[in-house]
Amino acid sequence: MTAADTGRPDVAQTRIHNIGYRSYDGPRLGRAYARRSLYSQSLRGAYGLGRSAKSKVLPMILFAVMCVPAAIIVAVAVQTKMSELPLDYTRYAITTQAIIGLYIASQAPQSVSRDLRFRTVPLYFSRPIERGDYVTAKYAAMASALFVLTAAPLVVLYLGSLLAKMDFADQTAGFGQGLVSVALLSLLFAGLGLVMAALTPRRGFGVAAVIAVLTISYGAVSTVQAIADVQGSTDAVPWLGLFSPITLIDGVQTAFLGAESAFPGGQGPGTGTGAIYLLVVLALIVGSYAALMRRYRKVGL
Amino acid sequence: MIATESLSKRFPRVTALDRLSVDVGPGVTGLVGANGAGKSTLIKILLGLSPATEGTAQVLGLDVATRGAEIRERVGYMPEHDCLPPDVSATEFVVHMARMSGLPPTAARERTADTLRHVGLYEERYRPIGGYSTGMKQRVKLAQALVHDPQLVLLDEPTNGLDPVGRDEMLGLIRRVHTDFGISVLVTSHLLGELERTCDHVVVIDGGTLLRSSSTSDFTQTMATLAVEVTDSDEHPDGTLALRQELQERGVTLHARVEDGLPGAGHVLLVEAAGEETYDVVRDTVADLGLGLVRMEQRRHHIAEVFRTDQQADQQADQQDGQHAHEQAALQAAQRGGGRDGS
Repeated sequence: MTAADTGRPDVAQTRIHNIGYRSYDGPRLGRAYARRSLYSQSLRGAYGLGRSAKSKVLPMILFAVMCVPAAIIVAVAVQTKMSELPLDYTRYAITTQAIIGLYIASQAPQSVSRDLRFRTVPLYFSRPIERGDYVTAKYAAMASALFVLTAAPLVVLYLGSLLAKMDFADQTAGFGQGLVSVALLSLLFAGLGLVMAALTPRRGFGVAAVIAVLTISYGAVSTVQAIADVQGSTDAVPWLGLFSPITLIDGVQTAFLGAESAFPGGQGPGTGTGAIYLLVVLALIVGSYAALMRRYRKVGL
Repeated sequence: MIATESLSKRFPRVTALDRLSVDVGPGVTGLVGANGAGKSTLIKILLGLSPATEGTAQVLGLDVATRGAEIRERVGYMPEHDCLPPDVSATEFVVHMARMSGLPPTAARERTADTLRHVGLYEERYRPIGGYSTGMKQRVKLAQALVHDPQLVLLDEPTNGLDPVGRDEMLGLIRRVHTDFGISVLVTSHLLGELERTCDHVVVIDGGTLLRSSSTSDFTQTMATLAVEVTDSDEHPDGTLALRQELQERGVTLHARVEDGLPGAGHVLLVEAAGEETYDVVRDTVADLGLGLVRMEQRRHHIAEVFRTDQQADQQADQQDGQHAHEQAALQAAQRGGGRDGS
């Protein structure tokens, strides 16, 4: 008896304890960590990761649609042994601008309007982060998500071009120019999209507003440019390009990144006008940030 | 825990806080005031999110004007309004909020599981919040305020929108936050009654000024109150009135105010119980009048009585008279209907 008892002492001692409340003595990583956490959560959220299956559908489809043409181009180029890609790196984003527009229109409201609508923003501000941290994290996350969307097909093109044994230096330079161009585009579109979306807690309005600003401005600018080109006032064409986001990017990359302009008649801006394009783009990016800061001053707690 | 010194907050049109000086120690403290009394403004200032117009405030010994971020790292906040996204689960949401408070990923997950269990959310914590009841949502809101193990939590109207059972559970939980978790609590409410059971200390503000600050036991006297309800008879068409007069003749003290908030409240007499004999007097009086005794029960004093001004009492009495008349009309209509059925 005693032998059995002493032989299995752990049986008698094994009990389920209600350990009650445990306090936390571990590290608290503070503001910078919280900002990074918000950034990664927002970036993942922009592709539906960590959210419901339904919210993964649209961003993933758009991502695929964005990459498929690049894959086809590469396949054709490899098969037919082209010496150069049929589409410039810098031209890709201009050609697929509708998809980019759709992506920012669907994801910018989900990034900021949700927090406004469900009034989660005050919870963020009751944590160590401040207004600037919130805006920076959201802006950076949206711009990164757009960069992933626009840079991925360029990577496909670049890898394809290497596979087809095209001129390495030439392709690398083009790829680099393309990346700079889409980085600028991501910052500009993310800023405009977030400002639009942050104005309304209603997601539907946000989506409509972003699409309207991107497509209407592009439609108007390209129509007026076409008319100006036909009527012979070709000098006006580059200046008109200042009034829509995508033509701004087109102008900047024509002037500085060796791209061919998609403007009617190929009338891209020269270096002088190009500097103004670049200034306007930077002003819009800074302006978007300032507008967001202003917006969140009101919706604090 | 919290100390404010002639704290004022003025907006262009209104003065939300007017030279408020309070000192809140550890434990559960109730902050009571009508809507617009300045409760939420005070919380905003205490979290360092809104600068005070004048005066100073310290939370956990840190100045709110200069060390807001440090305060917010050690303080939890549960807002009054809905603040939960419906399409994520409670676990995901609370983990995210824990990380926003600076907890490393692993610790955030562990603390989330612990905290959700402590507030009483089990299997449902993996489902999207959109499908939760109000009571469960309030628990998630409380959990996100506790998840980073703060030294102090600020709870803004945590019982808002809950049914009586949910209210009691929430109040019990708030009590446990202090007794079991060792976290001090500042809880706001516009209902004094529900705070007397939960709080050690009650601070009452009105119009941005301090009305009273003292421990809960000071508020409620030990004297008991009897609630008596009687039926009417043919001899005494208004049994309550007859009893009231008869009791007064026999020297029993009646409260001027009437019971509020419950159906048939106008019929309830509140009698001050001087001792055992009061019960007998009431029983005898009712028997002598030939009325039926519906109930006679002991009531506790509520803190509300302490603050009720005569004017407020009058207003409520007026309202109840109105209700009473309405109810009687309905009753008579029902009786007439019943009479026809019988004949």
